[in-house]
Amino acid sequence: MNRKQRIMLIRIIISALMMVILSFIPAKGALRFILYMIAYLVVGYDILLKAGRGIANGQVFDECFLMALATAGAIALAIYEKSGDYTEAIAVMLFYQIGELFQSYAVGKSRKNITELMDIRPDYANVEKDGKLEKVDPDDVEIGSVIVVQPGEKVPIDGVVIEGYSTLNTSALTGESLPREVHEGEEIISGSINMTGLLRVRTEKEFGESTVSKILDLVENASSRKSRSEDFISKFARVYTPAVCIAALLLALLPPVINLLSGVSAMWEVWVYRALTFLVISCPCALVISIPLSFFAGIGGASNAGILVKGSNYLETLSKTKIVVFDKTGTLTEGVFEVNGIHHNIYENEKLIEFAALAESSSSHPISKSLQRAYGKEIDRNRVKDVEEISGNGIMAKVDGLPVACGNDKLMCRLGLDPVPCHSIGTIIHVAVDGRYAGHIVISDVLKSHSAEAVKALKNIGMKKIVMLTGDSKKVAESVARTLGVDEVYSELLPADKVSKVETLIEEKAKGESLAFVGDGINDAPVLGRADIGIAMGAMGSDAAIEASDVVLMDDDPMKIVKAIKISRKCMGIVYQNIVFAIGVKLICLLLGALGIANMWLAIFADVGVMIIAVLNAIRALFVKNL
Amino acid sequence: MKKTYNIDVDCAACANKMEDAARKTEGVNNCTVNFMMQRMIVEFEEGSDRKAVMEKVRANCKKVERDCEVYI
Repeated sequence: MNRKQRIMLIRIIISALMMVILSFIPAKGALRFILYMIAYLVVGYDILLKAGRGIANGQVFDECFLMALATAGAIALAIYEKSGDYTEAIAVMLFYQIGELFQSYAVGKSRKNITELMDIRPDYANVEKDGKLEKVDPDDVEIGSVIVVQPGEKVPIDGVVIEGYSTLNTSALTGESLPREVHEGEEIISGSINMTGLLRVRTEKEFGESTVSKILDLVENASSRKSRSEDFISKFARVYTPAVCIAALLLALLPPVINLLSGVSAMWEVWVYRALTFLVISCPCALVISIPLSFFAGIGGASNAGILVKGSNYLETLSKTKIVVFDKTGTLTEGVFEVNGIHHNIYENEKLIEFAALAESSSSHPISKSLQRAYGKEIDRNRVKDVEEISGNGIMAKVDGLPVACGNDKLMCRLGLDPVPCHSIGTIIHVAVDGRYAGHIVISDVLKSHSAEAVKALKNIGMKKIVMLTGDSKKVAESVARTLGVDEVYSELLPADKVSKVETLIEEKAKGESLAFVGDGINDAPVLGRADIGIAMGAMGSDAAIEASDVVLMDDDPMKIVKAIKISRKCMGIVYQNIVFAIGVKLICLLLGALGIANMWLAIFADVGVMIIAVLNAIRALFVKNL
Repeated sequence: MKKTYNIDVDCAACANKMEDAARKTEGVNNCTVNFMMQRMIVEFEEGSDRKAVMEKVRANCKKVERDCEVYI
């Protein structure tokens, strides 16, 4: 609580105590009026002052003015009726102030919580000077300087490790809880937390250009891009208050006049009282506060899960996604070659891989590399002899004294063997051992482990169409599409074709639906820009992707797309709940007030209650862990 | 040209009022008030004197919401 809030709290308590005490003092007439007025002024003097100033500045429909008018009106009625019942007016003011206090406290608190959640800003960098560590502002560190990151500290600037070994916690950046190991020579990204060892890092970028600065910039500016719901609310608030005031005026004048004309008693007090009740309900605060707070919490929660949404408007569009278009390589697949199958082998899988990896051990071809990776153990070069590379065919070598041949069909034919053709998609490596055909190994770009699951989950959450675009060959594309369960696939596309394909898909979709394009941001920036929502994956460190997309997934797990859509839907759900709930309760109160069923007490309780519930509901958008 | 200023304002409705007031100020092309981050992003008209415009923005904001502050 800040000073302002504390003073307010004290005023509320004093006024409330006075009310309790006054109810036991049988003061009458002028004395009673004066005593109650003191309680009234203690809690509401600032409102009255603000109301006066508002009128001076031409701000007639100011909420302070309305509260002042409503309470002053109620006091005037009490004097007119000689009832001496000032409690109602003071209670209205009291509850109004309690509501305002709660709002400012709760909003301030959640604002702080959310910003803390997103706070990955490093405060300093350690620079070594004369053998001593000196803490400096990260802004002052030049490119190429050497900084030291101790265990427990944040990496302040992007760079390369020149000395040391450690594990990094990247969860603030990616939402991934598994720590990442780093060695000498590896790039590390600012914003991650060094967990175990001391690292010496040569900076590669300035602080302002480092990942952490870019992300902070993006997240902090996100809530400045207002969504349509927010615009709707600020427009609504602008119309709502004057409309209710005019209604109140009509309510105060019309029925009594009609009564008079038709010869019945005018009942001015009744209708003026009902009109004053209207004024109490006229403040649009619950709406105006809870909608931006919901978006803010949604964006905060998402960024904590490694999903950066660039604006409330994108969160809104994302929630309407019905078509998801994927780029294949690097998005649904890993983009690196891996052993993907071993068929017709006469040895065990491991043994066949071992033969192939050893035979190919002297080659640095990507395919040989992938075989060596699949083997996974240290390669003992002494076991390999007489390596002979036959260009365009493969490799022949002696492994443990046995002649081994690895290569394509041609190599097998050359050796007089009959290779078994493969139905799988990819590069096929046939292996012959000791003059016999020993099977073949399929090497291809592997699917990400979660791709199929993600496609299925997307369909489960109501996507109408999952489309895959790729520059790859038709055969590969169709096989990938079949495995993953993608609905439509377009292959052999150039980057420009992808844009036009997405444009066609956008034209075809129904109104009110949106199309999301998911890419890795490497060569599909134009497509990311063209789609209703461009989602860039695995974007850590790739500036182009961060620039071009609307939603940035910090790691490259396709399941995150599902999560992003779920988060956006939850957030929009809360936004709509708050809109409907707040407007609904206000309308009901207005109706009940007009009919004379609701009195001022109910009106103020409804007003403050709706606000409290709406604010608490808005904060719910922050919790996205279990989506 | 766009520039971001820190502000201090208590309620969201007041923030909207400030946004309106700032937009109507001469020399301001557009303005967004971000209540959550307590920031005001002002887009100035070409060739306007930023400092003078911001003084006017502050005065106009104070007119609609006395408790607010714009840190220039």
